[in-house]
Amino acid sequence: MDCVEQSDADAEAPSVIDRYFTRWYRADMKGNPCEDHCILQHSNRLCVITLAETHPILQEGRTVKSINYQISHGCSRLNNKVSGKSKRGAQFVTDFAPLCRITCSDDTEYTIYSCIRGRLLEVNENILETPNLLLQKPSTDGYIAVILPKFEESKSITESLLTREEFEKVVSKRSLCQPS
Amino acid sequence: MLPLKEKDKPIVQKLLSAGCCARCVLRFCCVTVQAAFRQAQHETLKDLRAFIADKETSKVQDSTGQSSTCETESQDAALSESDADPPCKRAKLCPTTETVQSEGGSDALENVESRVCVVCLGILQGSCGPDLAVKIAETVKAKNYQFDTLVLSISLPAQLCVREHSCWLHVKKEVRAKSLVLDKDDIIQVKEAFKWIMQGLVTKELGGVAVVGKSPFEVGMEFTHPKTESDCHFLAKSCPDCFKATKNKQSVFTRMAVVKALEKISDTRFLQMYPCPPVEPSCSCTLQDIKCLHVSVFIAGRYNKFCRSLPQTPWVIDGERRMESSVEELIAAPILSAFRADGRPFAMELLNPHRSRFGRAEMKQLQETINKSSDKVRVRDLQIVSREAMSRMKEGEEEKTKTYTALVWTQRAIEKEDISFINDIKELTLDQKTPLRVLHRRALAIRQRVVHSMNVRFVDSHHFYLGLKTQAGTYIKEFVHGDFGRTKPNVCELLKTDADILELDVESVDVDWPPPIPE
Repeated sequence: MDCVEQSDADAEAPSVIDRYFTRWYRADMKGNPCEDHCILQHSNRLCVITLAETHPILQEGRTVKSINYQISHGCSRLNNKVSGKSKRGAQFVTDFAPLCRITCSDDTEYTIYSCIRGRLLEVNENILETPNLLLQKPSTDGYIAVILPKFEESKSITESLLTREEFEKVVSKRSLCQPS
Repeated sequence: MLPLKEKDKPIVQKLLSAGCCARCVLRFCCVTVQAAFRQAQHETLKDLRAFIADKETSKVQDSTGQSSTCETESQDAALSESDADPPCKRAKLCPTTETVQSEGGSDALENVESRVCVVCLGILQGSCGPDLAVKIAETVKAKNYQFDTLVLSISLPAQLCVREHSCWLHVKKEVRAKSLVLDKDDIIQVKEAFKWIMQGLVTKELGGVAVVGKSPFEVGMEFTHPKTESDCHFLAKSCPDCFKATKNKQSVFTRMAVVKALEKISDTRFLQMYPCPPVEPSCSCTLQDIKCLHVSVFIAGRYNKFCRSLPQTPWVIDGERRMESSVEELIAAPILSAFRADGRPFAMELLNPHRSRFGRAEMKQLQETINKSSDKVRVRDLQIVSREAMSRMKEGEEEKTKTYTALVWTQRAIEKEDISFINDIKELTLDQKTPLRVLHRRALAIRQRVVHSMNVRFVDSHHFYLGLKTQAGTYIKEFVHGDFGRTKPNVCELLKTDADILELDVESVDVDWPPPIPE
């Protein structure tokens, strides 16, 4: 009885994400297998970049050793200082701009990319302090960054992204191809 | 007779010959008698000429008649572009206006009258007078405003400052009489003279409406003179730091910037770069459309919203309306057309109302109209308030507290300990980053807000009503679901579970403004 009630409760209450956001995906980022990103697009056109459930970091009991927002010698995403309503001073990122590099306990390293063009508003500093958030709540508290696309581009940025259904098709094709 | 003194004579002569109109001459002589400006121009000009010719004001005449004559003659010789020929002036041994006229002065008189003034560019000549008053009255009546008084405001082209400066230097350099000290600030401003001339005329045309110094209703006139706009440009070379281009301004040469530059530039430099006296313009200023503006009226009241899906403001995305109507539209529409709880206080600024006087009964009627028009919103205490009261209300937004009730869902089952835990929390300080749902239109910041107290009303193991008393400006929804961890602490963290908010009601806004109006 309790189980039924719980699932009812889950079913009745669409989450914050379902209420406000549309999920878009980029699979095999930069040709790297399974490095899937999930872009949560808010109805107000802001985008939250997160890891898709299928990303390697979230698989096989890995833990995160370190997260580094210093993506190059002269550029750290932590130095992003945004001011005012028009978000002046924000770093402008393009589809393949790196946001951060994540090193796991088994020394595998992954780069997380922007996936869309726009102004970088913030990167998640909570995951620097608590890397576990990334594993436990990759879609909410463990988000990577918030990006504001240009007003004119708010629709067009999703043209190169996959919808939820399209992404699920891609994922199911992968398991078919996997050797038994 | 004009209230002029002997020491004004050289100024008058100098300016008339330079091409100033009669009224500008009066201004330079610091005449404050308004009637002198109101009399017809040709009369003033006549009086000025008479004044120059007149020996009675001169003390010197009585004792040393001859020498004074010689003085006058030598002064006359110094006048180069005089309309009235030197022979004419030499004949001023007989100080009567008739003499002046009979010497062919009447031709010269007409000449001067038809010439556009080098300083005011015609504004104090043909541009003002009964004709303009009629035009103003017609415009005001046509626009159908409700007003008791009005104030006239005029906007003048910036080059007037340059031309006035030039004439001032002209007077300053030529006349070095001991007793003559003409401070530029003493000169009557063109705007003032214009108002002295026009105010009485406008009052008459509008059937007695007082034209005053300050009024909620403003009638504005803008004069332009494109042909002489370049008069100001040389200032940019000599004082470049006064003229900074900004995105909003069409022209860099604003009145303020020009005035500033004129204060800075030295006399010698000015005289190098600009003719002194100024060059006569070929035409007068043009009057742009007369604009009427009534000061904003502020309305306040309290409202209750009885429908969850009604948004506060119109919800339109990409030109497409997402939800029918809104609190703002339901309340504002009847008010806008009429003006030309315990609930939530609201206030609105009505721009440029054509009607501004509303009695208590009428406000009550307006309130009824709003309340009858929709069952989704109810308004009370509707009243007109002052601008100061508005800003006090906005301040109060930060300081006051608000009470809410939220319906919360939790993923895990709620225990008794959780309920008492929440109930015991007092004065909890939150760090709220700008919520994602408003971040597209607000600045990114972290706000500290206090949750004063909470109480839980159990519904079932996954639902409860959460009553909260918080500081104004607290984002309740984000406090419940955490907004991706950007509001800390939050209910998810406190109860160690996923949580979301299903409903939110405002119970009260604990601010005793606006003052209640008895039913």
